Amino acid sequence: MSIVKRLLPHPIFSLVLLMVWLLLNNTLSAGHILLGSIIALVLPWATAGFWADRLHLHKPGLALRFLLLVLWDITVANIQVAKLILSPRSKLRPAFVHYPLDMDNDFAITVLAATISLTPGTVSIDVSSDHRTLLVHGLDVGDEAALIAEIKSRYEAPIKEIFGC
Amino acid sequence: MLDIIISIFLILGAGFALVGSIGLLRLPDFYTRLHGPTKATTLGLGALLIASMIYFSSRGEVSLHELLVTLFLFMTAPVSAHLLAKAALHLRIRSEVDLPKDEQSKP
Repeated sequence: MSIVKRLLPHPIFSLVLLMVWLLLNNTLSAGHILLGSIIALVLPWATAGFWADRLHLHKPGLALRFLLLVLWDITVANIQVAKLILSPRSKLRPAFVHYPLDMDNDFAITVLAATISLTPGTVSIDVSSDHRTLLVHGLDVGDEAALIAEIKSRYEAPIKEIFGC
Repeated sequence: MLDIIISIFLILGAGFALVGSIGLLRLPDFYTRLHGPTKATTLGLGALLIASMIYFSSRGEVSLHELLVTLFLFMTAPVSAHLLAKAALHLRIRSEVDLPKDEQSKP
C-alpha cells in the first residue's frame, strides 16, 4: 500500500470534512485550511476501524444527478403529504411493506434507507438481519407492488450504479 | 422586491411547518405520525433556510451556514426516524394496521 493510500484511506471523506470545517467557520483563511486539513487527515484514520468495507464512487456525475432527483422528489412529495394531512382522515391507507433488497453492501443500503425516509410518504424502519429485506412504513399505500417497483427503479437502481455493487 | 421574495419563502416555510404539526395532531397512530417530522418539516425548513440565505447574502456577506444545516438535517432526520420506528415496533405500539413481527424480540 502506498504512502498516499495509507495517509488518505478515504479521500472523498477527507475532502468533505475539510469543506464542512471551512463552511462551519465561514472562512478561507490559511489557519483554518491548515486546521481543517489536520482534522480531515486524523478523523478518517481514527475511525478506520468502524468502516466495514470500502466503497468507490463509480459515477460521480450520476451521484450529482441522483441528489438533484431526490431534492426534487422531496419537494413534490412534501406537497403530496401536506395534501394527505389536510384531507379527510379516511383517505389514508397506511401499511408496512417488506421491500426486497438487491444489494448487500451496508453503506449502499444505508443510503437507500435514508433516501426512502427523506422522500415523503415512506419511512424505512428496519433491515432484516440477513440484509435481504427492508421494512418500510408507507403513509398512503394503494398498491404494495407499485411502491416497491417505484423505489426499485427510481432509487435503488441509481444507487447500485453509483457505487457499482 | 427582495423583501417580498424573502417574505414569500418565510410564509411558505412556516406554512409547511404548520402542516407538519397538524399532521402530528390528526394522524391516527404513532407510525403515521412519524412521517411528520421527517417530511413536511423538511420542506418547511428548506424554505426558511433559503429565506435566511437570501437575507444575509443581500447584506454583503455570503452566508453558507444554511447549506450545512441542510446537510446535517438530511443526515440526522432519517436516523432519528429509523430509531423511533424501531423502538416503537419493539414495544409493539398500537397501529391502525397489522404490525409485522419484530426480529429483535425473538428469544
